[in-house]
Amino acid sequence: MKRAGFNQLGLPVMLLLPQLIIIAVFFYWPAVFAIYSSFYLQDPFGFGSTFVALENYTGLLSSAEYRKVAVFTVVFSLLVTFLSLSIALLLAVKADKVIRGARTYRTLLMWVYAVAPPVAGFMGVMMFNQGTGPITEFLALFGWEFKLGVNFNDTALAMVVVAAWNQIPVNFIFFLSGLQSIPQSVKEAAMIDNRSGVRRFWDVTFPLLAPTAFFLLVINITYSLFDTFGTVDTLVKGEPGNNPMTLVYKVYVDGFRGNDLGGSSAQSVILMVLVLLLTVFQFRLIDRRIHYT
Amino acid sequence: MVHVSLESISKVYPNGVRAVQPTSFNIEKGEFIVLVGPSGCGKSTLLRMMAGLEEITEGDLSIAGRVVNDIDPAERDIAMVFQNYALYPHMTVYNNMAYGLRNRGMGKTEIDKAVKEAATMLNLTEYLERRPSQLSGGQRQRVAMGRAIVRSPSLFLFDEPLSNLDAKLRGQMRIEIKALQRRLGVTSVYVTHDQVEAMTMADRIIVLNGGRIEQIGTPAEVYHQPASTFVASFMGAPPMNLLPARYNGNGRVHLSETVHIEAPGQANYSGDIRLGVRPENVGIVGASHPDALRFDLEFVEELGAGRLLHGKVGESGLIVHIPHTDPIPSDEVYVDLPKSALLMFDPATGARL
Repeated sequence: MKRAGFNQLGLPVMLLLPQLIIIAVFFYWPAVFAIYSSFYLQDPFGFGSTFVALENYTGLLSSAEYRKVAVFTVVFSLLVTFLSLSIALLLAVKADKVIRGARTYRTLLMWVYAVAPPVAGFMGVMMFNQGTGPITEFLALFGWEFKLGVNFNDTALAMVVVAAWNQIPVNFIFFLSGLQSIPQSVKEAAMIDNRSGVRRFWDVTFPLLAPTAFFLLVINITYSLFDTFGTVDTLVKGEPGNNPMTLVYKVYVDGFRGNDLGGSSAQSVILMVLVLLLTVFQFRLIDRRIHYT
Repeated sequence: MVHVSLESISKVYPNGVRAVQPTSFNIEKGEFIVLVGPSGCGKSTLLRMMAGLEEITEGDLSIAGRVVNDIDPAERDIAMVFQNYALYPHMTVYNNMAYGLRNRGMGKTEIDKAVKEAATMLNLTEYLERRPSQLSGGQRQRVAMGRAIVRSPSLFLFDEPLSNLDAKLRGQMRIEIKALQRRLGVTSVYVTHDQVEAMTMADRIIVLNGGRIEQIGTPAEVYHQPASTFVASFMGAPPMNLLPARYNGNGRVHLSETVHIEAPGQANYSGDIRLGVRPENVGIVGASHPDALRFDLEFVEELGAGRLLHGKVGESGLIVHIPHTDPIPSDEVYVDLPKSALLMFDPATGARL
């Protein structure tokens, strides 16, 4: 391919400028500001701030509540990731075998993707509603008195279910296209080598899906950590008190409800580092190991 | 001894397309059968039905005396080599070959012995720990062969295994496969669209066209005694000359009103025919030869080992193959169509008369 060159610096900078401005305004500036304010203790009424060095961080790490939320976030993320990946994989494997009406089937499975997380959370509220929710009524048949927003575990369960449900279609589409890119002849060669369909899946199909699966793993962890904000927000009905919440939601609660901008900034810096590590993990470790070509 | 038998095997796809007409033939033990034909002739479908990758619509297929219609591909005691090799990209060469053996519950030492043996046979010993992506096309092809060999199956199936290789490698692998098959003595069915592969490798060729068998025979039979105009023009490069002519049952073939030559034999037929003659059987003769036909030479194709003369006899095109030692004729050229090399075909059905 021929490389186009620019004679002066002016034009390329102009062309890049819109993108650079967007990144600067919406990412670099807030990020720098967050790091800056994480070293200060803000006056709740906006009358200046005091430099406290790492006190916000040490305070967080010694806080039992922060640890509790962190533990919940890890459990929540693992559950959501595991459920949404495994259910999507199952659906994709089954959809891959459908011959008649395959397109309709796939479209139907994709629809959930169009539901935004807050809306998904709202639907969850209706499904798990204490008085009229169909799932609540169904669980009541087994003697389970489901109390959304009151019982910690019940709310956590609803959160996991709604968050996983919302993410399944994306995973499904990736898995399905991954499955369909496995050459037919490789599957056929496996059929001659191994009579057990289940063993064939784990020996041949799954390893070939591994690049897709690892990519989705990272995407899903990121999703369950960050994008579930809307879901969590609607499900806890703005009453975070005793209810489960994720680290991201706690940033919001402490910063905008508790007016502790310094502590909240420190939390978001910790999350930023986490994302950085996840990304490095994906690009450095996994991309190198799982590609066969 | 009959090893594989097909009895009125046919294939109809769910969309109603009939890919294979009812087909019957037997394969002897140790025989190398080549299924050849243009694309869409049903040769691959036939092979895939033998492998169990495609359901048999009607008919019975038996391998080693056992009807296998409803038997899983893994249990048919077959091995298949695919066109694009179909190696497991995430497994090493060693594991690619060992995978099928492990699933059969073979012991570790036995597997190791079988794989090492096959690797030695195919010159793959130093590549055993590599992944398929680190191998060249020819090496991948060898691994695919190795995967088939280690199983020591009762039937080898080859689905156009050489068509992804370049011409030189193809010629070399052709000989290797054939030699290996001879050595192992395993009954083999080989699908190709390349008539050279069919001619050079087969014990018997099955020529297919439109889901139907046109002819079954040894390479020599198929080449010299084609059963139809389709076989005559499909086998051989350049194909057999097929000249429009008339046969009146009086022992003469009329190429035109005035030009007629002696007919190759008696046929209970009268009317238009196609007169077939292989280009290398046409002789260049002097004008005084009793059966000399005037040949309008149009152009000469140089092949190195010989030359192809393209031209016309009367109104019909004719290709003549002459050895490179013969001079290129100039001025007036006359050809002789020797009676012993002529074949007559029915122009409507294509069948030989």
